Amino acid sequence: MRFVDEFRDADKARALAAKIAALCEPGRRYKLMEVCGGHTHTIYKHGLEDYLPEAVQLVHGPGCPVCVIPMGRVDDAIHLASQPDVIMTSFGDMMRVPGSGGSFFDANAEGTNIRMVYSPLDSLKIARQNPDKQVVFMAIGFETTAPSTAMTMLRAAREGLTNFSVFCNHVTIVPAIKAILDSPDLRLDGFIGPGHVSTVIGCRPYEFIASQYGKPVVTAGFEPLDILQSIYMLMVQLSQGRSEVENQYSRVVPWDGNQAALRAINETMELRPYFEWRGLGFISHSALKVREKYAAMDAELLFQVPGVRVADPKACQCGEVLKGVLKPWECKVFGTACTPETPIGTCMVSPEGACAAYYNFGRMNRNRVPEAQVTRA
Amino acid sequence: MCLGIPGEVIELHPEQPDLAKVDVNGVRRMINIGLLVDDPPVPGEWVLIHVGFALSKIDEREAASAMEFLEGIGQAYEDEIAALRASLIE
Repeated sequence: MRFVDEFRDADKARALAAKIAALCEPGRRYKLMEVCGGHTHTIYKHGLEDYLPEAVQLVHGPGCPVCVIPMGRVDDAIHLASQPDVIMTSFGDMMRVPGSGGSFFDANAEGTNIRMVYSPLDSLKIARQNPDKQVVFMAIGFETTAPSTAMTMLRAAREGLTNFSVFCNHVTIVPAIKAILDSPDLRLDGFIGPGHVSTVIGCRPYEFIASQYGKPVVTAGFEPLDILQSIYMLMVQLSQGRSEVENQYSRVVPWDGNQAALRAINETMELRPYFEWRGLGFISHSALKVREKYAAMDAELLFQVPGVRVADPKACQCGEVLKGVLKPWECKVFGTACTPETPIGTCMVSPEGACAAYYNFGRMNRNRVPEAQVTRA
Repeated sequence: MCLGIPGEVIELHPEQPDLAKVDVNGVRRMINIGLLVDDPPVPGEWVLIHVGFALSKIDEREAASAMEFLEGIGQAYEDEIAALRASLIE
């Protein structure tokens, strides 16, 4: 761990705080969205808002894959798992997400066989061991996990496995960002771009944000100093009137992404005409489905999926939180009826959800570092 | 699930070129390296692993800081390592 102290250096954080504060124009306010739930987690965990002047506000975005799955898809998954001779496999994060009739855990108590797996590849082993069962993988996630599902499908095809299929719920980040940019409730000044998603898609897909919407984007790493550095880079662009895509996380994110991953996704999946996002509604071309060539592995074709649309619970304001319109603690049920133990909304379920992050690490009392105070004559 | 976990490549699978054994903080498991086919890792190199797949090569310094970040987030990391332990990719 010899390199870590350097990243954790509080002096560097304070120096960045001072540089950010110095770039604030008098009377101007700055709203910057961190798209990725992992960044939200770091911001609350390390109290990074204390390093920012009052004029710079961070807005938490929709980049938590569990959080954006609508209730109807959870119900559809439970319906699939309830079919005779079906074993469903799912990432652990998904197990507690409430559908209208309960979560995967609740469904298992009623007799379904939904198993937690670490990797979609673990589903293949279950399929090989249970040739008389249909193994359906509940595929969720942004472009970070989509390549894994794609590679697993390619492997299943090579092996000639006939009892493995995918219930595909993969979503793509760029249409969600566009929906937020087009939303009238929110005016943003710039974006902290997601780290791991960009490992796959690269930085080019964000260029429209800079060129068409005139907003700067800086792809960021997950360390506290990475995020402060990215905010500084955004503020420099804003102070110079520039809007470009920059890569703060270039030690991991290649500008052109991971071509092998993109090839695998493109081989096995294609864009859906539209997909429902929790809180954001239907967004065009924002999700992936299994390509016709691999129809034998498409659970939506192999089984009857009800496809019922279920409205979110009235009390839940995840939609506003996911769009960054509300801060977690401004939701009526935050911390009272809705807690990580008994979540009503998805943002409280996932550790990357803004509500869970704030519930676990947030503080009502802000203690801004002196360097972040803007002092002007 | 969305966490990227750093692992050191220990050995390549002798028969399956897209599999490699990695060490993640003392836990040794098989992962898939097929997404790095354009620049395959060799033993001693570090990779960032997502749900059983190496998604990018990283250097040792980045691996250390990523591990520090993960250990700092607590339960979610412990769940991820527990899931990795239970994983039997072959």
